Amino acid sequence: MNFMLIGVNHKTAPVEVRERLSIPESRLAEATRHLIQLPGVEEGLVLSTCNRVELLAGSQNEGTDLRRFFGEYFGLDVGKFQQFLYEYRERDVFRHLFRVASSLDSMIVGEPQILGQVKEAYTVARAVGGMHSQLDALVTRSFAVAKRVRAETAVGNSAVSVASVAVDLARKIFGDLQGKQVFLVGAGKMSELAARHLMSHGASAIIVANRTHQRALHLAEKFGGEAIHFDQLYDTVDRADIVITSTGAPHAIFRREHGELFLSRRKNRPMFFIDIAVPRDVDPEMNKVDGIFVYDIDDLQSVLASNVNHRQQEASRAESIIESEVQKFSERQHALEVVPTIISLQERVEFIREAEIDRVKGRLGKLSAEQEAAIDSLTRGIVNKILHSPLTTLKTAASQPEATSLVELMRRIFNLAEEPARDREGRTGAPAEDASRDKNKPGRPLN
Amino acid sequence: MPHLWLRFAAALYGMGLIYALLALRGRGIALSRLILPAVGTGLVFHFVALIENFQSSGNLMPTAAHQYESLLGFLLMAFFMGFYFRYKTTSPGILIFPLVFLLTLSAAIGAEAAPFSSPRTRNGWVFVHIALIFAGYAALFFSFVASMLYLLQERNLKSKTASGIFSRLPALETIDDMGYQSLLLGFPFMTFGLIAGAIIAQASFGAMFLRDPKILLSLLMWAVYMVLLYTRWSAGWRGRRAAYLSTSAFAAALVAWAANYFSWMHKFITP
Repeated sequence: MNFMLIGVNHKTAPVEVRERLSIPESRLAEATRHLIQLPGVEEGLVLSTCNRVELLAGSQNEGTDLRRFFGEYFGLDVGKFQQFLYEYRERDVFRHLFRVASSLDSMIVGEPQILGQVKEAYTVARAVGGMHSQLDALVTRSFAVAKRVRAETAVGNSAVSVASVAVDLARKIFGDLQGKQVFLVGAGKMSELAARHLMSHGASAIIVANRTHQRALHLAEKFGGEAIHFDQLYDTVDRADIVITSTGAPHAIFRREHGELFLSRRKNRPMFFIDIAVPRDVDPEMNKVDGIFVYDIDDLQSVLASNVNHRQQEASRAESIIESEVQKFSERQHALEVVPTIISLQERVEFIREAEIDRVKGRLGKLSAEQEAAIDSLTRGIVNKILHSPLTTLKTAASQPEATSLVELMRRIFNLAEEPARDREGRTGAPAEDASRDKNKPGRPLN
Repeated sequence: MPHLWLRFAAALYGMGLIYALLALRGRGIALSRLILPAVGTGLVFHFVALIENFQSSGNLMPTAAHQYESLLGFLLMAFFMGFYFRYKTTSPGILIFPLVFLLTLSAAIGAEAAPFSSPRTRNGWVFVHIALIFAGYAALFFSFVASMLYLLQERNLKSKTASGIFSRLPALETIDDMGYQSLLLGFPFMTFGLIAGAIIAQASFGAMFLRDPKILLSLLMWAVYMVLLYTRWSAGWRGRRAAYLSTSAFAAALVAWAANYFSWMHKFITP
């Protein structure tokens, strides 16, 4: 089986190109069907997200051209898109797919959605009959690899944006955000985003106070929350566990003594202030009150920065996991190549042996049972002795990269080339092997 | 029968103890309507017991330790009632009820040693005593560890360095809850363990057991334990202040443990 992959992603193509090539979820099945109907394609999967469109295929002959898909399916001049495409074969396909599924190839490394999208593509491909043993094994392996990367590295753990840093911090304070109240002081894009993030993690009611009450009402309605007049701020804010401030006030609106008051009203249950405003709305002194945690925009950003560093270290650990998985999967592939050759070699020799016995029997006339047994064991012995060495060589080579060329050689010597399904003729093996040695090479653009 | 009224009072105060334990868990709403009549009746019995005692001895001054305990318990409960009528709150009861119960119980058992019927009964009591006290120690230690973790995590969050080994600590509120739950769990063990201990000591030594240093330290530990629970329950003390308190409760427990070397009762040999 030849594995091949072609596609565009956020690194190789601008969004204008990606949106031309993107396939909506509703049409994924149709696209996959189209892919497996291309000449030579036996198995196929189509992955389309906002950051990538990729075609993965298993083919019998190496000459299969997946670029045709783009031409036929989208009715585009492929030549124009050539420069944005990358194409991989064999080992590089394994590596690329493992990296994609593990979210190492994502725009935001470690983001968790991609694995779900790959799984979705897999489900669709299975449903339309695009998955058989070989590609199925590869794709399901990629799920296991992604799981391993997630379990053994912290790639998926780190927060990705200021808003999700805020969520992470809130969870470090409150654990479960279920039922925690969020208070927005001042309305702005950023605080709205943070509130949305918090709510998606379970935080409940949102209370909004804004100097222009109309805006507060509007925002509260949007979140299904409650709007409060700005002059009631100090009496109500302690109802909230998480306070996000983003007013344009020139001075701090929350000072240390406010914090102390809030906490005694709240029976010392902790409060988390996220201060997005510049100049700041919360006096940094308030962070010194027991049970109050104040993070301003710089604090959030520095947490974010340290996460990024950390994530890069983790990503390199993840890469080495991927590399070892690629190695394992390739070995398995080679082993798969060797087994049918061994079987057909044995069958072929056995066929010759039986034919020769039949031929000679006519000349020898009637034989006793012992004589027949003697001939049988004699010929069997010769055949086994001759085959012993080639078979051992094949078996031990199974895990080596040379397996492919060895298999080819054996087939030629013993004239096994007519064997179906395992046709490797005309293949030199050189391009894929070269590319796999060059591990850091991002891809092989076609131009 | 001596101390009959005092024993009735102690039994009614026992309801107060149970109420306190339930209230700390945020339950016992059903009991809250019963509790004031119960301890009020207890107080009346207690008063009768004091009068009776005064009549029999003809002396206004208490003469034995158990009489002091009885008087102190009575006054505490009387104060509680006074505060209740003034401020309409039973909250101090969380702290007062267990204390008064222990004082009254100790007084009601009386000064004279009343030996167990057989050594086997005694061994049973000793086992229950040790098992309960140790469960209390374990819970106390657990909450001590939790309060240390709380401080670490709090410092970590305040210093705004979210990475490092601390990032693997559980959330602040989770740690807090762990500590509080183990305190709540341990307190009944500790209380009933001490009561069992008091019964054993009373049976073996009479009222003089109260003068044993280990007993005094254990009572101190129990008192700190109770204050810890109370501050947490009423004012939500956590973080640094809770850590100080749980450290001191734990230190008292350690000292009480070490006091075996000075105690004439806890030699771990059967007299």
